[in-house]
Amino acid sequence: MELSKIEQLLEKYQNAETTLQEEATLKNYFLSGDVASHLQEFESMFSYFAISKAEKSVKPIQLNTKKKNWKWMSVAASIALLFSVYVGNNYVQEQRTKAQYAEVMSTLKLLSSNLNKGNEAVASLYTYEDAVKKMFKTK
Amino acid sequence: MNQSDFLNSVLPFKDKMFRLAKRLLVSSEEAEDATQELYFKLWKNKEKIAVYKNVEAFAMTMTKNYCFDRLKSKQASNLTLVHSNYKEKDTSLDKQMEYQDSVSQVHKLIEKLPEKQKLVIQLRDVEEYDFEEIGKMLDLKPTAVRVALSRARKTIREELVKQHNYGII
Repeated sequence: MELSKIEQLLEKYQNAETTLQEEATLKNYFLSGDVASHLQEFESMFSYFAISKAEKSVKPIQLNTKKKNWKWMSVAASIALLFSVYVGNNYVQEQRTKAQYAEVMSTLKLLSSNLNKGNEAVASLYTYEDAVKKMFKTK
Repeated sequence: MNQSDFLNSVLPFKDKMFRLAKRLLVSSEEAEDATQELYFKLWKNKEKIAVYKNVEAFAMTMTKNYCFDRLKSKQASNLTLVHSNYKEKDTSLDKQMEYQDSVSQVHKLIEKLPEKQKLVIQLRDVEEYDFEEIGKMLDLKPTAVRVALSRARKTIREELVKQHNYGII
C-alpha cells in the first residue's frame, strides 16, 4: 500500500469518514510492523485496538445458580445466633432452678427429720401420760 | 426458548459485552460481575429476546445502561473510581502491554475521554460496528456518533504526538 494512500485514509479516519473496510486496510498496514516513522502514533493506536479486541471474559456464565446472597446469609446467621442465645439462656436457668430445688428439698428433709425427732419425744410423753392415767383410774 | 437456544443466541457477543463493561468500569473483576449480572437479566427477559430483531444491539445497550447505573451508585456512595484501587491480575493484555509503553498510553488516554467518546471508540475502533448500529446502541444519530468519534480519535492522536515530542526533547 502506497504511503500517500495511507495518509489520505488517515485524514479521513480522523474525521470519522472512513468505512469499516478502509479502517481494516489501515489496521492491516499498521499491524504489518513496517510503518513510516512519522506515523508512529497511529501504530500505537491501532495496536492498542487490536490488543483490546483480543481480550476475553474468562468467567463462565451461570444461569441457574444465583451467586450466594450474602445479605440473606447474614440474616440467617444472626437469627441462628439469637436462637442459640435464647436456648442457652433457658438451659442455664433450668439448671439454676434444679439446683435451688435440690437445696430446698434437702433443707426440708432436714427439717422433717428434726420434726420427727420431736414427734417421737411427744409420743413418749403420751405414753407417760397414759401410764399415769391408768395408775390413777385403777385406784 | 430453552436454555441452549438462549445461550446460542447470546453467547457469541459475551466478550464484546465484557470489553464494553471493562471500558466503563475499569476493573476486570467488576466487568466480569457485570457480564454475569447482565446475562441473568437477559435470561429473565428471554421471551422478549425472541421478539428483538437485533439482540446484540439490545444487549450492548443494556450493558451501557447497567454500567452507567453502577458508576452512578458508586458516586452516590462517595466511592470514586480510582484506578489504583484495582490491582489487575496479569491478564494477557497487561503482559503484552508491559513492554509497549506507547500502546498502554492509548489505554490511559481513552480512560480520560468523556463517556460518550469512550463508548464510541470502543464500539467502532475495537468492536468494529457500523455507525447505524452504534447509533442504535447509544440512542444517538449516526452524525452524532461521527462527531464524537472524530473528536476522540483526534484527541488521542494529539496527546500521543505531544508525549512523543516531549520524550525527544
